[in-house]
Amino acid sequence: MNETLISVRDLKKYFTVRGGKTLKAVDGISFDIHKGETLGLVGESGCGKSTAGRTIVRLYEATGGEIIYKDTNINKLNKKQLKDYTRHAQMIFQDPYASLNPRMTVTDIVGEGIDIHNLYKGMERQKRIYEILELVGLSREHANRFPHEFSGGQRQRIGVARALAIEPDFIVADEPISALDVSIQAQVVNLLKDLQDELDLTYLFIAHDLSMVKHISDRVAVMYLGSIMELTESNELYDNPLHPYTKALMSAVPIPDPDISRAKKRIILQGDVPSPIDVPTGCKFQGRCPIAEDICRVEEPALREVLPGHEVACHMVKKP
Amino acid sequence: MSENKNEKLKNITEKEDVLLNVKNLQVSFDTYGGEVKAVRGVNFKLDKGETLAVVGESGCGKSVTAQSIMQLIPMPPGRIKSGEVWLDGRDLLKYSDKEMEKVRGKEISMIFQDPMTSLNPTMKVGKQIMEALIKHQNMSKSEAKDKAVEMLKLVGLPNPERRAEQYAHEYSGGMRQRAMIAIALSCNPKLLIADEPTTALDVTIQAQIMDLMADLQKKLDTAIILITHDLGVVADVAKKIAVMYAGVIIEYGTYKDIFYNPKHPYTWGLLLSVPRLDVKKDLRLVPIEGTPPDLIAPPKGCPFAARCENAMKICKEKMPEEIKVNGSEEGEHFARCWLYHDLAPKVDNPVTKRRAKLNE
Repeated sequence: MNETLISVRDLKKYFTVRGGKTLKAVDGISFDIHKGETLGLVGESGCGKSTAGRTIVRLYEATGGEIIYKDTNINKLNKKQLKDYTRHAQMIFQDPYASLNPRMTVTDIVGEGIDIHNLYKGMERQKRIYEILELVGLSREHANRFPHEFSGGQRQRIGVARALAIEPDFIVADEPISALDVSIQAQVVNLLKDLQDELDLTYLFIAHDLSMVKHISDRVAVMYLGSIMELTESNELYDNPLHPYTKALMSAVPIPDPDISRAKKRIILQGDVPSPIDVPTGCKFQGRCPIAEDICRVEEPALREVLPGHEVACHMVKKP
Repeated sequence: MSENKNEKLKNITEKEDVLLNVKNLQVSFDTYGGEVKAVRGVNFKLDKGETLAVVGESGCGKSVTAQSIMQLIPMPPGRIKSGEVWLDGRDLLKYSDKEMEKVRGKEISMIFQDPMTSLNPTMKVGKQIMEALIKHQNMSKSEAKDKAVEMLKLVGLPNPERRAEQYAHEYSGGMRQRAMIAIALSCNPKLLIADEPTTALDVTIQAQIMDLMADLQKKLDTAIILITHDLGVVADVAKKIAVMYAGVIIEYGTYKDIFYNPKHPYTWGLLLSVPRLDVKKDLRLVPIEGTPPDLIAPPKGCPFAARCENAMKICKEKMPEEIKVNGSEEGEHFARCWLYHDLAPKVDNPVTKRRAKLNE
């Protein structure tokens, strides 16, 4: 499982906003995604997690850095090569209402990718669409219906079917369940897990819900203001969070068990996340950090491995 | 609260500490597709200073219930078909619009999910707090202004004087919700209805706001109805919990009853379908298959029967009554479920079973 499928090196994505200022949505992140694993990317709104995901499938052009997919540098691909890459890397979006064209039938939606990549034709194509629909828990009767005829959970299944239709090996799932009700979330999460086992998929799972990310991911990266603060195996992250931001984040997550939740000591962070247009100097978290010292205000800490497989970007975390 | 007032209350309410008593509330909306029966007979009581959480998924009628208490649903298409809402011995549903104006903001206040759309974007935040004070407390402008600043300080905004002069767009999401709370609590209401107050906020900000609400509740002795879909948030603050499904309360009990000894299969499903951050063992989530029923034509039996593993023949035919189940001593625990009829077969409670497994 340690074969690297995607390697992200110092990836940057800046946007120019009103007044000619620069918004550093993703500001130099690096990580590897191994084949067959799920890497979770968590963080609060505006931390750049979705931008990172979109840049990796090249919906956005990166400002700097490299994305290596199986020895190919994605940023350097021309149009034709990019089309080939998109066959392998697909995306599932957050809003199952906005991400499906209301004027297309399910067959059209799922078949679009098959047509673009010229994979199947005629009867074969229809057979393939039925297969995919059944794979995601829909049935062939659904094929000629329109998105508005489906519930939220079913629409997300269509979104998954669309992504899977062209047999990709890597999927970026950007908040795929946050628009769904709790009882339906579990349906979609279980589906994603089953499909991963069945088809040997690799996921980048982006979400703000830490409990869900921990549940589905093998490893988790915590983002804050465009940078990765901590990256490690998901149980380790919960048992032994090292970065003060991760600690606060973990403690803020409510647990659906009153005795545990009420006994839990909360670290309440003061203030709000600063604007990514006006990023603080030094460590990005220093303004809200309970243990920040002088060096944190001057120098930005790099992500470094402090324990085997456990990387942290914090001056205050010492190697044991 | 003064001795005198307490005395008076004792005479008019059946039990001296009951603040709100909702009886058989039924609310429908008339749409082109037909009558949507959003709330189909809801009963609950709320004690003074207590927190009741109303939990359920989208479309279960939890917000409509809350808005009906305040008479905030648009009529038409909305229609309160029947029911009583007793606040301190008065039935609010008999009140005229004019009379309700004196209740809203003064005795019952509400905060909403999206603070940006509930604040007025063209009005300074301080002025929005002053509005209620001038209307309900007969304060002069300058008194109200001082009180507004004091309220902003109370909800933890740094620089309250300057913040009072700003507009909502100059606030962050968390600060906007703080401002909403300041407006809602400015007249010291007896009841605060919080409709998904933290759903639009990030977890660290959510923790701040929940902390603030708990703190203010202690200080001001306000009762809270917390409407949410997030069982985690509920676990922290609620004393009583009502679980709603398809327009009815399908289970009601103390927080211990609902989390540790839930009786309704839907409550089981809710608890088993969410992952837990503190659990190491990777237990597979148990989703509730299917989707909630269409409330234009709700099933005549139990609304959950179609998704329920334990459904019997009777479940599809007749809506179960509120059956008292043995909960903890400290309050009533009921479930609308045929499984607790004398003749029903015994079923294993998967929630207590999972707890036992986790404790191993």
